[in-house]
Amino acid sequence: MDLSKYDPGFFFDEMFDAEGIVRPHYRRLHESLQRLDPNEFEIRRNYVDSAFLSSGVTFTVYHDNQGTERIFPFDILPRIIPRNEWQQLEKGLAQRIVALNAFLHDIYHDQKIIKDGVIPAQYILSAKQFQRKFIGVDVPKDIYIHITGSDLIRDGDGNYLVLEDNLRCPSGVSYMLESRQVLKRTFPRLFPTSEVEPVQQYGEELLKSLRYVAPDGVTDPTVVILTPGVHNSAYFEHCFLARQMGIEIVEGRDLLVRDSKVYMRTTKGLKRVDVIYRRLNDEFLDPSFFRADSLLGVPGLINAYQAGNVALANAIGTGVADDKVMYYFVPRMIKYYLGEDPILPNVETFLASEESDYTYIMENLPKLVVKSANEAGGYGMLIGPAATKEEIESFRQQIAADPRNFIAQPTISLSRHPTWCGREFEGRHIDLRPFVLYGDGVKIIPGGLTRVALRKGSLVVNSSQGGGSKDTWVLRNDS
Amino acid sequence: MLSRVANSLYWLSRYMERAENTARILDVNLQLLGDFEAWVDGIESDFWTAIVETTGDTELFAENHDCADAESVTAFLTWEASNPNSILSSVNAARENARMIRDQISQEMWECINAMYYFVREARNKLEDESATFAFFQQIKAYSYRFVGLMEATYFHDDGYKFHQVGKYIERADQTSRILDLKHFLPLPEGHHRGTTVDIASWVAILRSCSAVDAFQKLYPVADAHAEEVASFLILEQNFPRSIRFSLRNLDRHLRSLSGADEGYFANAGEKRVGRLLSEVAYKGIEDILEEGLHEFIDRMQGALNAIHKAIYETYFELPAVNMKDEIAIQQVQQVQQ
Repeated sequence: MDLSKYDPGFFFDEMFDAEGIVRPHYRRLHESLQRLDPNEFEIRRNYVDSAFLSSGVTFTVYHDNQGTERIFPFDILPRIIPRNEWQQLEKGLAQRIVALNAFLHDIYHDQKIIKDGVIPAQYILSAKQFQRKFIGVDVPKDIYIHITGSDLIRDGDGNYLVLEDNLRCPSGVSYMLESRQVLKRTFPRLFPTSEVEPVQQYGEELLKSLRYVAPDGVTDPTVVILTPGVHNSAYFEHCFLARQMGIEIVEGRDLLVRDSKVYMRTTKGLKRVDVIYRRLNDEFLDPSFFRADSLLGVPGLINAYQAGNVALANAIGTGVADDKVMYYFVPRMIKYYLGEDPILPNVETFLASEESDYTYIMENLPKLVVKSANEAGGYGMLIGPAATKEEIESFRQQIAADPRNFIAQPTISLSRHPTWCGREFEGRHIDLRPFVLYGDGVKIIPGGLTRVALRKGSLVVNSSQGGGSKDTWVLRNDS
Repeated sequence: MLSRVANSLYWLSRYMERAENTARILDVNLQLLGDFEAWVDGIESDFWTAIVETTGDTELFAENHDCADAESVTAFLTWEASNPNSILSSVNAARENARMIRDQISQEMWECINAMYYFVREARNKLEDESATFAFFQQIKAYSYRFVGLMEATYFHDDGYKFHQVGKYIERADQTSRILDLKHFLPLPEGHHRGTTVDIASWVAILRSCSAVDAFQKLYPVADAHAEEVASFLILEQNFPRSIRFSLRNLDRHLRSLSGADEGYFANAGEKRVGRLLSEVAYKGIEDILEEGLHEFIDRMQGALNAIHKAIYETYFELPAVNMKDEIAIQQVQQVQQ
């Protein structure tokens, strides 16, 4: 394969520096690529697609009632992170997660951070995902966010920035694991020489973290994963994780609560459940407490949770720290709870509800990225430079009507990575979602999901909006 | 094991077995028809009507089809999504069940079902000439055999395996009985009697529909394929793996091993029913069956198999009905108390 015509453009390119020289940690990969015959490359690329299809790594698109299954587009050129960079990321993420967890515990107990005037009370009270009824409820080992998947990006100078903290039900970890498997089979000779950190211990580590938060006195806890069901677009991942951990995957109808204890219905009668890794949002968990029309939940689950008879991962109410306005305050949380400076900075953020920021946002909309506070998946978002006048005006009205619900950030030209675009490699923007576990300490699997915006020039990496993925290699060495 | 999971394992195997049997019936009879037409004029419609009758879907067929011929019946039993027992529907249902319990089966089993699913989807557009049709049925059977083999070779033989076996053998007993019943719906045309070429050919077709010709020949010459021999072989034979007796014996064995009941004992209604049916078959002679009437016997057998299914369902799969409203109210009262 010939990369000599590849144009890194005026962006930070992961593989090539500004002079077009291959970065040291990509050298081995670059050499192997050059040795690879284009026909051979095509054969292997096709193999990758069929491997995903046959193992059923698909998501479902509903544009007719048939439900068509698609594979998540996968680019076979891996993204590589050298050890020294990764160590910084690891430290920064661990710091952030510990601070966010301290914030959640505080906000559902003494609320010192409000009393000390670090975060204005109104922002917390107005956060949609703040669960006031859970103030004073203790969770095992005081851990709220057992599983997170923070989104990181790199700016034009290659600095890593945190874009979002996904503290509710982050998905994508199955793609990380499956793409590694597939790539290993496709390019077997690449791995031993590249000294890539393994990722397949994720399932084991996840199970350890879940077992760690079992209710007191339970020595051999039964852990299950709770799914909305086979029609959920992430169902493959739920099954995949159940297999990796060797635990049951359950739907709401498989569970039953009696005397504030949770049971699953088995062929041999009821069996007690101690820890639930739930892939359902708070409001669907228990129709007797939250939305009564939820058919996915389990009546009484909250009773059992509040009685301390079952642990939920993640805990209830973590969404308050997921709110994009709260994101603005995370550096302050780190300072407040840990007395440290943030290792991984935020993207510069403006709050539409602050007067001076509001004026700045309204005057600079065509330059900014505007996000609504509680949306995910790339929805409810305005990318100023790419938007039409009508779109900008529509956002202007929405922001004026409800400033609390909007933040704005400068448009960051995300780093790019060579990506196969049918005929040749072209630069495409990427981000990075590492997966963080919080049990007996914070554990970060060396790797993650690198998402790539496959449309030319696009900055949106979400799978629902034309995004694909790459395997992410963390090297054992600095280069 | 979760009741819902057990239910899916059971149905997964039933649907695989069903797809295989449907493929075999069509395969054999498409070939047989060629011979028949040479012997008997104007038989095609009766012939295909009989095949639809054995599947028990006569009414459904009549809703969408004016006449029964090779084309309409093959389409109905292979491709039509409105027919829940077509090969397409069976494969879709098998895969849907497999997807629900993806974590419970082996990677190899999943890949087999998934490959079968894509094969059927793609084959649909390609089937034009008849040789492709035969290759298609061969391939469906091959997937089913592969699946069964993978279950033996790659699957953990615990309760899940037993639910698979229960599903497979109850479906097989049912399918074998249906295939045997084909003879009832396809009376010999005038001028053809017991022992004539046409009579023997149709009994052999029934054997072949059960992949039983080679095994049959170990006991009888094919020229002796009459009602007594064929019915005796497909119902009563101890050692042929698609006979009703063989299927019931395995159904009995796997059900009892789920509950832990000893041989000759039962722990639930399903086991009792299976035991009763098995001992009837084990101690009955073919003359008793013919005296009752083969069709009548088969009809009763199918009723009994339905009752067995229902009993298994009640014992293992049924989630006790929860009244959501009451459940919510009870839990809300407890919230107030806390």
